[in-house]
Amino acid sequence: MAEHAEGTIVERPIRLDYDYTAGLAQSRFLKGIAQGKIIGEKCPVCGKVYVGSRGSCPTDGVATEGEIEVPAKGTLTTFCVVNVQFAGQSVEVPYASGYILCDGADIALMGLIQEVPIEEVRMGLRVEAVWADELGPTMNSIKYWKPTGEPDADYETFKQHL
Amino acid sequence: MRDIAVVATAQSPAIRKEERRNEVEILMPVVHELRERAGLTQRDIGFTVSGSCDYLQGQAFAFVTALDAIGPWPPIDESHVEMDGAWALYEAWMRLQYGDIDTALVYSFGKSSPGDIRRILSLQLDPYYLSPLWPDPVAMAALQARALLESDGVSERDLAEVVARARRNAKDNPNAQLKGDVDVDALLKEPTYLSPLRKHDCPPITDGAAAVILAAGDRAREITDRPAWIRGIDHRIEPHSLGVRDLTDSPSTRKAGEHAGVANGKVDLAELHAPFSHQEIILKRALGLGDDVNVNPSGGALGSNPVMVAGMLRIIEAAQRIMDGQADRAVAHATSGPALQQNLVAVLEGDS
Repeated sequence: MAEHAEGTIVERPIRLDYDYTAGLAQSRFLKGIAQGKIIGEKCPVCGKVYVGSRGSCPTDGVATEGEIEVPAKGTLTTFCVVNVQFAGQSVEVPYASGYILCDGADIALMGLIQEVPIEEVRMGLRVEAVWADELGPTMNSIKYWKPTGEPDADYETFKQHL
Repeated sequence: MRDIAVVATAQSPAIRKEERRNEVEILMPVVHELRERAGLTQRDIGFTVSGSCDYLQGQAFAFVTALDAIGPWPPIDESHVEMDGAWALYEAWMRLQYGDIDTALVYSFGKSSPGDIRRILSLQLDPYYLSPLWPDPVAMAALQARALLESDGVSERDLAEVVARARRNAKDNPNAQLKGDVDVDALLKEPTYLSPLRKHDCPPITDGAAAVILAAGDRAREITDRPAWIRGIDHRIEPHSLGVRDLTDSPSTRKAGEHAGVANGKVDLAELHAPFSHQEIILKRALGLGDDVNVNPSGGALGSNPVMVAGMLRIIEAAQRIMDGQADRAVAHATSGPALQQNLVAVLEGDS
């Protein structure tokens, strides 16, 4: 390593650990997930229903209210097909990952789309959650989303949520 | 220069460890209370700026997430500094000097409890010579305290007296974390924590948020009867390397104080951002404040120390006392970095 002979390399491993506080609203959401329910909260100003609300409406800056259960069923608004293998990947490539807008919600959840050939994954596909055998306050409680077999949603119904 | 004043303030209570609410949930009620006090909505505000540090939260772009507490729609003119809120306030003051807008909202938030705050603050040091050794803020403050104790007439008793007064003053501050009557002799009997500092010479770990509205000229008088006018504001920095500094002095504070005009009139009270007891002595000297000045009537950063907020809280505590009519002229100081690395001084006055 002659090219390094004139210099010094300092290796400085850094690790920081944190106690994460989800917050009041997200805790309510995660407790719902642990019971197999998707709990949304509503903005009292604009009326939008946030799933996985962080406690405020990001447009109006006011606290979201109420516990509004939305079905674990909705529309795939947009998606991406992953073809590249990377470290720590838990699913075999190729696979589809997408945004699922639950019926009655105004913000989409991210999830895997399975039980459908990759080439048939499309915007507007109607999907439902496949829950894990053991539920907990984590998004791993939803294994993936699969097609419901219903006709595709009209683009007009979700174009505001892309 | 335009006349610019603090016209409304709000702050959360200081909490040792907020385990239920996230940062947005702590900040949002503070901002709501602030705008209500000023009778303004977000649409009435010309410029919004925040001071915070993503490393405290351990999340990239945490400062952007914090905007969820503000309501930035329709789109607002907004900025952020990765510093104490006092420097965000400085940016707002500069922005108001342009003259095209009359109001600014400054907010600051920080939870020091989720991570190891001492390790986190070590990462702000120079990455080659200091940071690999992980000297933390308490260790560097202890070096500074040792240098001060060995330099001249300052004794450990002087440090304990600073602590006793801070605790006593904090009794009147509903937002303070550490307060009460403590005996100087009893403090001196406590064991040293990181010699020569005892635990009480060091700031508590605090989660909190605060916010301020600034307004210019007549707009300030419309919002409040008695604005706290910022007559001077300046900030200066020491050399980066601790080794080339005289740790017993704070030339940057002295210079900022001169430029802000501290000596241009009688000072009724001073809120000095001294997270460690001995730093109050250094700052008082650098600013030329006599014993007649009421120092840290709020209890200061020894009473509660939300990192990234504690400097702006000094401006809030000073300004609020002017707005309440308790003082006519006050000095507020904020610091950032290890052992008083960077210092900001503001002079605030009420209408006479």
